[in-house]
Amino acid sequence: MRTKLIPFVLLCGFAAGAFATPQIQHWQAASGARVYFVQDHNLPMLDVAVSFPAGSAYDQAGNKGVAGLTHGLLDLGVQGMNEDDIARKLADVGARVGSSFDADRSAVTLRTLSSPAEREVALDILARVLQQPLFPQEVLAREKTRLIASLREAETKPEFLSEKAFGKAVFGTHPYGWQAEVADIEKVGRADLLEFFRAHYGARDAVVALMGDVTRQQAEAIAQQLTAALPQSESVAPLPAVASLGGSSEQRIPHPASQSHILIGAPGIARNDPDYFPLYVGNYILGGGGFVSRLMNEVREKRGMAYSVYSYFMPMQQPGAFQIGLQTKNEQVEEALQVVRTTVRDFVAKGVTEVELHAAKQNIIGGFPLRIDSNRKILEYLSVIGFYNLPLTYLDDFQARVEQVNVRTVNDAFRRRIDPDAMATVIVGGQGVAK
Amino acid sequence: MRFYAFCLGLLIAIGAQAEVFEQTLSNGLKVIVKEDRRAPVVVQQIWYRAGSMDEMTGVTGVAHVLEHMMFKGTKEVPVGEFSRRIAAAGGRENAFTSYDYTAYFQQLHKSQLELAMKLEADRMHNLRLSDEEFAKEIRVVMEERRWRTDDDARALLDERLMATAYQEHPYRNPIVGWMNDLKNMTADDARLWYQTWYAPNNATLVIAGDVDAKQVFALARKYYGRIHVGKLPLRKPYEEPAQLGIKRIVVKAPAELPHLVMAWHAPTLRDVDKDWQPYALSVLAGVLDGNDSARLNKSLVRERQVATSIGAGYANTSRGPTMFSLEATPAAGTSVEALEVAIREQLQMIVRDGVSEEELRRVRAQVTAAEVYKLDSLFYQAMQIGQIESIGLSQHDLPVILKKLQAVTAAQVQAVARDILRDDQLTVAVLDPQPLAAEKPQQGGHAHAH
Repeated sequence: MRTKLIPFVLLCGFAAGAFATPQIQHWQAASGARVYFVQDHNLPMLDVAVSFPAGSAYDQAGNKGVAGLTHGLLDLGVQGMNEDDIARKLADVGARVGSSFDADRSAVTLRTLSSPAEREVALDILARVLQQPLFPQEVLAREKTRLIASLREAETKPEFLSEKAFGKAVFGTHPYGWQAEVADIEKVGRADLLEFFRAHYGARDAVVALMGDVTRQQAEAIAQQLTAALPQSESVAPLPAVASLGGSSEQRIPHPASQSHILIGAPGIARNDPDYFPLYVGNYILGGGGFVSRLMNEVREKRGMAYSVYSYFMPMQQPGAFQIGLQTKNEQVEEALQVVRTTVRDFVAKGVTEVELHAAKQNIIGGFPLRIDSNRKILEYLSVIGFYNLPLTYLDDFQARVEQVNVRTVNDAFRRRIDPDAMATVIVGGQGVAK
Repeated sequence: MRFYAFCLGLLIAIGAQAEVFEQTLSNGLKVIVKEDRRAPVVVQQIWYRAGSMDEMTGVTGVAHVLEHMMFKGTKEVPVGEFSRRIAAAGGRENAFTSYDYTAYFQQLHKSQLELAMKLEADRMHNLRLSDEEFAKEIRVVMEERRWRTDDDARALLDERLMATAYQEHPYRNPIVGWMNDLKNMTADDARLWYQTWYAPNNATLVIAGDVDAKQVFALARKYYGRIHVGKLPLRKPYEEPAQLGIKRIVVKAPAELPHLVMAWHAPTLRDVDKDWQPYALSVLAGVLDGNDSARLNKSLVRERQVATSIGAGYANTSRGPTMFSLEATPAAGTSVEALEVAIREQLQMIVRDGVSEEELRRVRAQVTAAEVYKLDSLFYQAMQIGQIESIGLSQHDLPVILKKLQAVTAAQVQAVARDILRDDQLTVAVLDPQPLAAEKPQQGGHAHAH
């Protein structure tokens, strides 16, 4: 069995190659918003996402927390409806408003039945949430209090402490490394939210993704309905460039937990980076491929030192983090660190093998249908394609782009982009004694 | 290899099931196929009716440990090879253990179903449990326990709440197991567990996706059909003795904010036609916490601002007993005691004045919409079938449950609030937050960077 496996693997190719991807329709609404639509009448429902370049990295240095609060308060009071009216009316039609928020992007999502009675109520509320938020003073005061409480709670958790220190160590003063503190939140006023909304939620920068059971004509009307009354502000300026790390650093933060939380990394890649595919496929081999990755094999399968160990690239507008993470009991931190560092060093120096690369491509290409097997997943792709200006053929090209990756391009990309001697390490836990 | 402390909440067991086929093989394996051709993908889930509630004193956690060991190889498929082959087929895979069952799954392109069935059937009866692999994996499980429970104040609070609320029922033991039992567990404990429970007549196979049911049944016969029937031990019934008065515990752990959990013993669904209280309790949870303007969030977080967050939980289907629970974090300046009083006032209002038709309509609208939304997730639909079958009900009950949920009256909601949420059934658990530094005094508690 074992001896037969490799020849079989090498011969069988990538059977799942020919697979229909969703037909993406794209246009610009009269408002200026860019729209991405997939028409699909299989299920009587509609998913919508509207994204803006209004993530936490758009905060001002002296005004951190404004972006997050602006996002959080969008559906807590609009023209003609207070926060309870909004929640009740959405529930009455079985609709769900959700949101996602990261350093780059602020998005509001809606899932509704596509039957007109329900859909129209839900879209009317979403339109007001996006275009007429009031940011009521008393709601802001309450949400600030809640946010401060949750920040204070988070300050006791090793996950949060390690992420915060890691962001600072990797990004320095770049906003990707910022974390709003209690004192920042206390300063935020309603005028800050109104101004941030005016400057960052402009129609020109809005990306509308629509997935599901409506016609093209209806989709056009919906996109306009959701964006026509957005601020007519100038396009948001791009985020500043991320500086690479000059050398390595190591920071130890004491914590009473029985496990230490370890993060290692450096600035990685931007969304439009030409090395994206070689690094993505290569990272599958290093620490992205779940139970078959090298890090998992060395740290967990061979040594039983951690439950979870991983690595990933977070592609952002500017280079996001390349991050390795694990948790292990305090007594074996040094050993685990050494195993991880040796594995990374070895990976970059010696590169991947043909067999490893083939297995990675088999998984990524063969598993492609799982990436787009639900409306929810396709909606997210529409948003990402629109927000990061990826080619409309991104999904069609995906399998071929992975197929083109070879051992040389992976090894070359890792050698150029990942320097094991210029990484930031953060360890939260144990005695916190300096090394 | 994750595990879930299972609580699928209000909307767990609802559903009009179209295109579902089932067959029981001669060895007792029940095979259920849901055809869904939206995408060229398939999910296989195998559900064993053996969870942490089947464990004996001293070996808590063994169900979950065995789940980890199931990836460690058979006679024909060496250690690590199961995951490698699924990965090479473009698949995703994992497993989870609950109080009631242990389940394994793969998601793949539809052309790879046979591979997944062959591998899953193989490890149902050919697992090789070596001492060496066990010695490594038990350390992984201890790391998992540290991460999930020992270092997480609220998980600790939940663990100790369960251990207090249940005196006899094995739900008192955590799914991941007590650390002492993990430290003393042997490979033989895992072997015994495997030999006892991993048999076709103790399992349900659920396959959903772009498949033809007839072909799936043929593949099931080919790969699973040859596995011998197991001799299952007699299952002892557990009946939790009636609680005789309110119980209160305090858990001290590193945290900033206190946290309050109130949990009442509550009935679970046994007879989907005749029972009514479980449906009424599900709707009660929806009235209290079904949306952001439902009673608890609106009155206690938004208006009175005595809590920073609050939630209600009730799972109406389980092999063992269940609980109806509320949990909340007090706002600064509000004591845990004052928050408990405020929560009790909310419950009293329902006992005294009932709930409105408008609130019921709202819950029903959400249930109806959720029925449509769930069709967007193949995995969830398969989960729903596997879960209900594994706890002793049938997937044919799903539409009945949905109908009954929609028919709950205001009087029934009021009645369960009055009759079930009584102090004699209640356990209250409070997290008493401890400063980080006090636990283990630090020298120079500053971070060093260099």
